[in-house]
Amino acid sequence: MSGVMASLIDGLLLGAVYGLAAMGLSLIWGVMDVINLTHGATIALGMFALYLLCGSFTVSPYLLLLPILAGGFLLGVIIYWIAVHRVVGQSQLMSLLSTFAVNMVIIGLGTTVWGTSPYNINFSVPGFSLGRYTFTGNHLLAGLAAVLIAGALHLVLYRTRMGKAIRAVADNRDAAELMGVPSARILMAAFGIGIALAGASGGLVATLFPFTILSGGAYELKSFVVTVLAGLGNPFGALLAGILLGLLEGAVTPFIAVSWIPAIEFGLFVLALVLFPRGLFSTTRSA
Amino acid sequence: MIFKRPFFWVILAVSALFAVLPLKGNNVDLREGLILGAVSIILATNLNLMIGYTGYVNFGNIVSYGLGGYIGVYLVASRGWPLVAAAVAAGVAASLFALLLGLAILHLRGAYFALATIGILEAMKAFVSNFGPWGKAAGIYLPFDVYQSLGGPMQALWTTYFLVIVVMGLSLLLSYVIKISKFGLGLFAIRENEDAAIVLGVRTSLYKAMIYGISSFFPAVAGAFIFFKSGTIEPMQAFDLTLSIEAIVMMMLGGQGTVTGAALGAFLYEELRGYLLTSPALSNFHLVIAGGLLLLIVLFAPAGLMGWVYRSVPRLRRYLE
Repeated sequence: MSGVMASLIDGLLLGAVYGLAAMGLSLIWGVMDVINLTHGATIALGMFALYLLCGSFTVSPYLLLLPILAGGFLLGVIIYWIAVHRVVGQSQLMSLLSTFAVNMVIIGLGTTVWGTSPYNINFSVPGFSLGRYTFTGNHLLAGLAAVLIAGALHLVLYRTRMGKAIRAVADNRDAAELMGVPSARILMAAFGIGIALAGASGGLVATLFPFTILSGGAYELKSFVVTVLAGLGNPFGALLAGILLGLLEGAVTPFIAVSWIPAIEFGLFVLALVLFPRGLFSTTRSA
Repeated sequence: MIFKRPFFWVILAVSALFAVLPLKGNNVDLREGLILGAVSIILATNLNLMIGYTGYVNFGNIVSYGLGGYIGVYLVASRGWPLVAAAVAAGVAASLFALLLGLAILHLRGAYFALATIGILEAMKAFVSNFGPWGKAAGIYLPFDVYQSLGGPMQALWTTYFLVIVVMGLSLLLSYVIKISKFGLGLFAIRENEDAAIVLGVRTSLYKAMIYGISSFFPAVAGAFIFFKSGTIEPMQAFDLTLSIEAIVMMMLGGQGTVTGAALGAFLYEELRGYLLTSPALSNFHLVIAGGLLLLIVLFAPAGLMGWVYRSVPRLRRYLE
């Protein structure tokens, strides 16, 4: 029994990290109707950013998340102006393709620089024990950091002028523009925040598992699952749904082979899309 | 009659050219290059039916290719079926699968549909990676003696090459026939405005499910031939999301919604990729260059090559559909 318990707690902590990653995707989707296919690549860049920063500075990796958040924001702003600005508001195919093009460029450059053999950040935080099972501090702190960053996003969105503008643009871009909101700059900021969150979640994943430049792909797919479960464009629902997904993984891991988990997750994903296209936490009835 | 239309003869001539060119001097290198081009043309042309004609972004188009490959290889390896019968069975099975799936997921529109197709691709990959009869993650290896029935391995390579070219020709014809049919008009109506199409009496749900099924047939047949030719199939390679998206790039490069564009884009992209992969200085860079190219097309030339051709030589519209 304690085995299941341990697996559930592990899933809960990991789920918070999934949720953080999905929040970035969900925010961008909600504000500008763009499915950001650079998501996985920027998660992977977050992993490598932490790896490089850990190599140069001897402070706690969790503090290094701050420069990663800042760098992610900057990268997001650049990607926005290069690839997204011109296709916002056009057909979905255009933004899917332009963000995927950036994804290919990042993956191509990353493969050239770092190759595809796994990297690893070597540090561990002492954890606690529960019966025969031990939780590493890394998992605990990663879960905690994810929740803290999510809280910070909440403050930004609901307690600052910029957050108010972001919500206004998400609601109705034309109306916001009429009220004097510079909507292009707000979209840029929202894209930057989305990428910053993706990068930070990548950094957190890097404290838990070995990674390559291609590792982001798996988390991108998980983010899709989470975002759809939460309802597209609902960042805080995404955190909850991420935790739910983590719990689900934790609940089934002791009973079936790990390799089946993706099949279950994506089956669930398609089912959720078909049955609850507005997400599990939507208050309005689905169409 | 279709025989009176010039484009029919263009398709026939191109296919014949593909079949004849490598025969001269038994040119195996050329044949291996052209077969990759032909597979790209098959994938992009059939994908064009979904995206270019109907306006539904399908990221999972590679599912039919991989599924067809698996069914074909399985039937040949474990059930002793002849190659062509196995390939046709694979095509029929993949089409039926897509048709049923389409009835379930095609009421999703826009981004929701696109996401669902990614989900289906990943679910399929994960399922096949765990499916015992298909060798789980290791896949299936064909025993060497299956090639004997085609007159030995050397001859088998040529036979599969011609079969793939036939599939390519049929794919192009199918694309063309649909484009000039009433069914095709219904699809275009769905692409332009689905609600208006419903009002005008287009049976959109049926049409969408049908085109989803139809566009799965030839990729599945081609998959069966290609994986028979390589002698092995495994999930990562059969259900590769990157290849799926590269097919979209090919279609965009040439011009979505046009038969010539999708085929031309596929061929040019494949040639470019082949060149980049073999050139020592650029091989790591092929993703960067392909990505940059895609970005430029999407941002500055969304109508692709054919958009440019049609603008510069409007008369060509009559001959190149």
